[in-house]
Amino acid sequence: MRVVVDFDLCESNAICMQIAPDIFEVRDDDFLYILDETPSEDRRSNLEESVQRCPKQAISIEE
Amino acid sequence: MHSSITIVGASLAGVRAAEALRSEGFKGNIKLLGDEAHIAYDRPPLSKSFLEGEMTSEKLSLLTSEKINELEIEVRTDSKASNLDIESRTLEVNGEVEEFDALIIATGARARKLPNTDKINGVHTLRSLDDSIKIRKSFKSGNPKVVVVGGGFIGCEVAATASNLGIEVTIVESQDVPLSHVLGEEAGKVISELHTNNGVRLKCGVEVQEIKGDSQVEGVLLEDGTLLEADLVIVGIGAVPNTEWLENSGLTIENGVCCDQTCLVAPNIVAAGDVARWDHQGYGKSIRLEHWDNAAEQGKHAALRLLQTEAEALPYAPIPWFWSDQFDRKIQLAGISSPEDDFEVVVDSPDEGRFTGIYGSEGKLRAVLGINRPRHVMQFKSLMENKASWKEALDFAKEIG
Repeated sequence: MRVVVDFDLCESNAICMQIAPDIFEVRDDDFLYILDETPSEDRRSNLEESVQRCPKQAISIEE
Repeated sequence: MHSSITIVGASLAGVRAAEALRSEGFKGNIKLLGDEAHIAYDRPPLSKSFLEGEMTSEKLSLLTSEKINELEIEVRTDSKASNLDIESRTLEVNGEVEEFDALIIATGARARKLPNTDKINGVHTLRSLDDSIKIRKSFKSGNPKVVVVGGGFIGCEVAATASNLGIEVTIVESQDVPLSHVLGEEAGKVISELHTNNGVRLKCGVEVQEIKGDSQVEGVLLEDGTLLEADLVIVGIGAVPNTEWLENSGLTIENGVCCDQTCLVAPNIVAAGDVARWDHQGYGKSIRLEHWDNAAEQGKHAALRLLQTEAEALPYAPIPWFWSDQFDRKIQLAGISSPEDDFEVVVDSPDEGRFTGIYGSEGKLRAVLGINRPRHVMQFKSLMENKASWKEALDFAKEIG
């Protein structure tokens, strides 16, 4: 699976970073960075939670 | 196993409940009932980007027709529930009796109004899409003088949006410092300055006496005798949980419908979102939240509770979190702060336009406030989930500061 972020929507709320810190990082410059674009299958539940809890619904998963 | 689940309330908590039931494999019927004309939509932009005129209402949708088909749920708008009978497991929808096996109460909250203002044109609250559309239209007609009654988060966001559009706006707030009942005085003053620096006028420490005008609003008279001229008044004085339809149901209502620590209200009945007051195990007291993240998470938790036995049920005990966007600032708070807590700015300073501050009492970290500091907010939120002490929080602040 592949992590896709719509950076036009993303407002760097950083909730994804708290749920999956190995995949998402909001740095000191306030921008979101994807640390792992193709996480392994065992990261799916955290990734799905990040998708659901993003207030801007900016994250999606491509299979 | 239940064969039909009715969800009353088609906003975020209700939608997330429906989605969770399906993703957990529930195969029975799901009815999602909303009392508005619009199908479920996202509310946070209503006081921000949507109000500023950047968004279409389609963009707010929480439930597209494809999604409704995929989830195989029955969605009904303009459907008002009443007369819940928990013994016979029935309720009335627009006066017609309907049965259910299990029920999810997600009727949310409504904006509190100023008394005797219903008939005055130009006096609004902001909660629904229709409210936001009306205010947006008024913002664009002529050059209205706007008074916002109540300097809470909604009031501050509306004032910021109006100001961004070049509209003259005044906030009237009964406390001496807006938001000080949530953020404390020091942080509240930072938000006040953000507004005054951007041209918003603040009138604090004074109550509204009367809204002037017969058919059309003309002004706001304050108790100190000041008369503020107004073409448009937006009232942001809090919200009231929508529990009236449950009044004769026998369920316990105390500023929200009361749930146990797992979101269960009664056998086969759960509640979620702004309407739900539940026993939060982590805080050892019952709380009710009006936050986006809580509606989403509690909707899911409550729905799953219906599919679980008592032994399987988990307590719902999140660290609350919300955000507010005002001008170029993202304000985020995680935890529960109190004006009596110790407050310390631990990274940067308010003068820099971004900082991180923490709240503590009795040796514990209670909350974190970030202004344009989302990374730190989430880091301190994690500390709270691990029940960090005040000292541990200060040590962590030194590491990142």
